[in-house]
This record gives sequence, C-alpha cells and structure tokens, in this order.
Amino acid sequence: MGAQIRVYKRRIKSVTATKKITKAMEMIAASRIVKAQRQVAASSPYAEELTRAVTAVATGSNTKHPLTTEAENPTRAAVLLVTSDRGLAGGYSSNAIKAADRLTERLRAEGKDVDSYLIGRKAVAYYGFRERQVTDSWTGFSDSPSYADAKAVAAPLIEAVLKETAEGGVDELHIVFTEFVSMMTQTPVDRRLLPLSLDEEAASGLEQRITKGEILPLYEFEPSAEGVLDALLPRYVESRIYNALLQAAASEHAARRRAMKSATDNAEDLIKSLTRLANAARQADITQEISEIVGGASALADASAGSD
Amino acid sequence: MADLHVELVAADRSVWSGEATMVIARTTSGDIGIMPGHEPLLGVLQSGPVTIRVSDGGTVVAAVHGGFISFSDDKLSILAEIAELADEIDVARAERALERSKSEADAGAERRAEVRLAAATGAR
Repeated sequence: MGAQIRVYKRRIKSVTATKKITKAMEMIAASRIVKAQRQVAASSPYAEELTRAVTAVATGSNTKHPLTTEAENPTRAAVLLVTSDRGLAGGYSSNAIKAADRLTERLRAEGKDVDSYLIGRKAVAYYGFRERQVTDSWTGFSDSPSYADAKAVAAPLIEAVLKETAEGGVDELHIVFTEFVSMMTQTPVDRRLLPLSLDEEAASGLEQRITKGEILPLYEFEPSAEGVLDALLPRYVESRIYNALLQAAASEHAARRRAMKSATDNAEDLIKSLTRLANAARQADITQEISEIVGGASALADASAGSD
Repeated sequence: MADLHVELVAADRSVWSGEATMVIARTTSGDIGIMPGHEPLLGVLQSGPVTIRVSDGGTVVAAVHGGFISFSDDKLSILAEIAELADEIDVARAERALERSKSEADAGAERRAEVRLAAATGAR
C-alpha cells in the first residue's frame, strides 16, 4: 500500500472517532433541552402567581420599599451575567458576555459604576483573563440549576440592593441571560430586575382585566403591607433569577446541540472528501503498478528481440 | 355554597390543585382558616402544615416552608419555596434530618424537619 493511502486512511479513522463523539454530545444535549424546557414550564405557575401577588401589593398599597423605589440619582448598578460552565456550545457564552459588555458600557455612559456578578466558568475565565473586577461569582450548576442555586445567587444581590449606596450598595440590579425563544433561536437579553418595573406582561394583563371591567380586589395584608412586601420581593427576585437560570440552561443545551450537529455534519463532509482522495490515491497506485509491469514486460521483450 | 379553588405551587412545580371547602394555614401572626367568601387576603406564611379540606371529603396536608397565601374571588393560591404533600414525605428521612439538625444546632433545618414530620404523621 502506498504511503499516501496510509495517511488518508489514518485521517479518516480519526475524523470518524471525532464524529462519534460529537454525535453523542448532540444527542445528549437534545435530550437535556427537553428536560430543561420541562423545568421552565414547571416553574412558571409559581412565577406567575408571585408576579400577580407583587402586582397586587404594588398597585393596592402606597407602601414605599427600598426594592421598589427608584433612587433619585443612581450611581451604582449590579449586573448579573449568566454563562455556561463548559464550552463546545458555539457562541453561547461569548454572545452573553458581549451583551453584558454592551449593557455595562451603557450604564457607565449614564454615569453609573458597575458591579459584576458572574455565573459560569466561561464568564469567570473571560473576566479573569482581562483582570476585570468581579464582585462575586458562582460556578458548577449552569446546566441544571436548582432553586437552591437561585437562592444562593439572589442572597448577596438583594443584600447589595438593600445597602446604602454610600456603603457599597447598589441602586439597580440587571440580569443578562440567554432567552430560550425556540429550539433554533436563543437571544441574549438584559433585564432590569430592580427597582421593580412592573413586567410588561403583568402590566398588559392588568390593563386587560381593567378593560374587562374586572376590578383589582382590595387586599387585606397579613401581617401588614410592609411585612408582605418585605417577604415577597426577595422571593420575587429569586424566582426571576431561577427562571433566568432555567432558560439559560435550556439555551445552553440548544446551542450545544446546534454546535455539535454542525461539527458532525462537518466531519461527515470531511470523511467523504478524504475517502475520495484515498480512492484516487489507490487508483494512482494501481495505475502506476500496471504501467511498471507493462514497461518491465516490454523491456524484457525488447531485450530478447535484440539478442536474436 | 361555592367552593374554593386552591392552587398549591412550589418554586419548581405545581404541587396540588383542586376544589376545597376550607384551607387552614399558619401565617406569621397565627393560624388562619379561609372559607369561600373571605375578603381578599395576602399573607406571609410561616413554616408549617397547610390543611386543605377537599370538597368531596377528606383532607390534604402539606408541609410548606417559606411562602405566601393569596386569596381573591374564591381563588386561593399558596406559594412556597418548598412544599411537600404529607404522603410524599419520607418519615424516616425527615426523622434523620431532625436528628442531624438537632446535633448541628441548626434551628431552621430543625423547624423544617419538625413541620415535615408533623404534616406526615398528622395525615395518617
């Protein structure tokens, strides 16, 4: 066998092995998307009820709360960035990081200092390499977040919001994550969690109810409106962060599935063209051998004809 | 009399929903019983058992940790970070958790384990 064919054969073998791996990763990611989507769906009743309750308190009472009132002159904002722990997911993490960079720039232009809170090893590595300051970071749960994870993330953020700005607290809380639109589309988005701006969704729902002639009930608060808000708002932030984490996890799996699918397709193309090259090399070898034999035979024939 | 529509939801799933004649829960200022026609209410719940008297007889007991109760138009929702129905609770595991939290002097975990046990044994 010619040296050329041996090289091609070796490359085909290695590409086939890679293809098997990417194919397996694609399938794993595909099955995890379904699981992640189910989790998003399972968490939505809680989020909806909570949003309703927050809307009810916010509209049904005139209570002022540090988590709902806008600072007159906001000088510091916290940005929570959600990325993945592992790579091989195409542009998933870098797109989220880019969105966070854009938001940070915008906030800086508005004269606010930005505190960065990071989730996922990719963001931590990116910020670490550029020696940017990170206030807090979490890793290890990006592909299947639990409510306890969301709580752990929310706790220092809420604490920072409640602190006075002069003592290192923040006036605003933003979150950057990748929204799961569909299997094919995931877009990085930034949302302001605090101070509370009633969700567009909730607001439009409210309007609908008002136009339908249904009035919002006047709630009795137990123990008091302040007490309820105090307990409700941290839960609301937690639930929003939880929802963002779940959506980000679904997006991560979808992005990984797509990246692995194109890697598999690429490997297939590569195998096809390498096989063609190997076949051509084999044909060339055979052709050469034949011409050598024919050449040798005719040389022998010439020699014996000459001796006569 | 009209019945209550009850939704018991935890942070990561919907635990129970259905019609009921009365719901008893523990708010921060004491136990509260809600029947159809109660005035709209929004309350903070303590860790404790929630008892639901189901319309077609029988009761559902759940252990609820850190949550809210909201009631309007005969619709009652109980939101909780963690909510478990009595028959989902593993008594042996809750007892172990109670022992562990006692030895570690973790008041919050101890309370949670007690509530879980109370809900599980009260229902039987």
